Amino acid sequence: MLTISSLHKSFGSTTAVDGVSFTVERGQLLGLLGPNGAGKTTTVSMISGLVAPDRGEITIDGVRLSGDIDPVKRRIGLVPQDLALYDELTANANLRLFGSLYRLSSRALDAAITSSLTLVGLLDRASDKVKTYSGGMKRRLNLAAGLLHDPDILLLDEPTVGVDPQSRNAIFDNLEHLKSRGKALLYTTHYMEEAERLADRIVVMDHGRVLADDTLAGLRARGSANSGGNGGATSLETLFLELTGRTLRD
Amino acid sequence: MAAFIALVRKDLQLFFGDRRAVILSFAIPIAIASFFGSIFRGQSNDSEPAKISVAVIDEDSSAISKDIVAGLQRDKALAVTTASIEDARQSVRAGKTAVAVVIPTGFGDAAGRAFFQRVAKPNVDVLFDPSRGAEMSMVRGMLTGHVMEAVGKEMFGGTQGRSLVDETLSELDSSGMPQAQRELLRNLLHSVQALNKETGGVPADQAVMTVPYTVKESAVTARENVAYNGYAHSFAGMGVQFLLFTAIELGMGILFERERGLWKRFRSAPLSRLTLLGARTASGTILTLLMLVVSFAFAMVVFRVRIDGSLPGFALVAVSCSIMAATFGLLVAALGKTTAATRRVATFAVLIMVMLGGAWVPSFIFPAWLQTITLVIPARWAVDGLDAMTWRGLPFQSAVMPTIVMLGFALLFGALTLSRFRWEES
Repeated sequence: MLTISSLHKSFGSTTAVDGVSFTVERGQLLGLLGPNGAGKTTTVSMISGLVAPDRGEITIDGVRLSGDIDPVKRRIGLVPQDLALYDELTANANLRLFGSLYRLSSRALDAAITSSLTLVGLLDRASDKVKTYSGGMKRRLNLAAGLLHDPDILLLDEPTVGVDPQSRNAIFDNLEHLKSRGKALLYTTHYMEEAERLADRIVVMDHGRVLADDTLAGLRARGSANSGGNGGATSLETLFLELTGRTLRD
Repeated sequence: MAAFIALVRKDLQLFFGDRRAVILSFAIPIAIASFFGSIFRGQSNDSEPAKISVAVIDEDSSAISKDIVAGLQRDKALAVTTASIEDARQSVRAGKTAVAVVIPTGFGDAAGRAFFQRVAKPNVDVLFDPSRGAEMSMVRGMLTGHVMEAVGKEMFGGTQGRSLVDETLSELDSSGMPQAQRELLRNLLHSVQALNKETGGVPADQAVMTVPYTVKESAVTARENVAYNGYAHSFAGMGVQFLLFTAIELGMGILFERERGLWKRFRSAPLSRLTLLGARTASGTILTLLMLVVSFAFAMVVFRVRIDGSLPGFALVAVSCSIMAATFGLLVAALGKTTAATRRVATFAVLIMVMLGGAWVPSFIFPAWLQTITLVIPARWAVDGLDAMTWRGLPFQSAVMPTIVMLGFALLFGALTLSRFRWEES
């Protein structure tokens, strides 16, 4: 569904993304892993239209994504790493605003708000101002805001940062549900256990390049082969460190 | 269009949901404009003008010096007290007295001699508060008139004057004056002696030599018998100032949205850049226009400020001023990086702009060169345009140029915003 081909992006003399290619299929969650500065967020930013690639292309079902007002952008939903919400507005007002950006009719917007709030378990708090929410509730609302226009592709940039286990689990359930509905999910995270639990395929990036693109089982097999078949079941974190090294990234 | 309206509605919701912003935008400009208006309200028909405090030290006690003191005391523009020189100096230093005039011993005689002859002129010592230079200048002008009047009166009939005329005649041959001029002056002084003998001197209450004109003052306002209302100017000035402060907040709003990741949501939606910036311009225009309208409505109800010019002209100036302010807010967002640093720089820029734009004090009191330079400041046109449509009572045509200039500034700010705005989010 989502095809990324040879994406390049530089900021001044710094190359952020250098020839990245991968695909995300319908009903699939692709875990995009990499240390800080690997180029994950820039890649997600290019897919969501926040940053224009220097080279390469992004297609959705073969249709190339281009320009600010490209209607193809309606097929993408973004859940940014930041809690991109207005604290001073109610959840309902926030979602009404974000839904309006996608030209949903009033009735469709009402239904979408109810549906997405129900999904994330916040329907009973719809009329409360976001500033009264806990961190976990804000994270769930952040997810709901990305779902309002029923996108086929959901880009999730570290959507569980700073949330309690209960909220994280609820978000995982939401993502499983979306996957079962045929949505294509691109999920960036630093938490290896999240990728292990959720991802159908994993792409590991570093220094703007794709170092590995495989299923978890495929990655483990590769890790096992590298260790001479004596290591048993290699953890994803070990594989990740083998691929990206142990040098600190700031 | 739905997205555009939603973005505008969001800005209005956020603004009115923030009580602090509402107070800052509505109550504070009204309070400050009221304060400035009460200071610069101008002289109405029935109000007593503010007097300049003057201390007079008469060390001479001659007929001439006494007449000068009496003249100063009669002057409606002055509040005259007599004091010792030390007390007067202390009072000026303390700021209680603007000017102290010291008439030294021998002043009357010396001034009388200098009236007809080329001899050394006596000094009048003037001590003044350096922070009140304008009042010093006014007192100097008034003092000149009163000295001329007192010396002239004494020379044409006073006892001191008669003896000085006699003395001048006796010393004329040794004066070094050219012969022809000397004879002319001798004839004149003989005529003065003859006049004094004939009339027995000029009565004390009748001046001979006076300032040869009187001033009839007419304040040129919107209409005859309509007094200048200083609140009209102060509400225009403070209105424009806080309009620009609100514009800064609008710019801060964009930076805040960027910092919070909200701008990512907007940019990931299928929206044009024009929609995003246009919505912000629209909400900024609505808010600032509302501020201006509320503030002037208050001034009209409480301080009887009137739109004595053209109402459509006032509306045109107000709308163009609001558009200019809104685009200024966009420019702040385009040039700013962090909210804290940008707010400081933008606030400083606005303060300079409104100060030079005549928002605090009318621009006509600026030096001529500064008045010319400040034509490149949009706040100047905004304040002048609002003044023209309120207390000056000028017709619609007078609103056209300020409107064109302010819309020109709006275009400039908009173009700069488009060229400098950071569209990419990473």
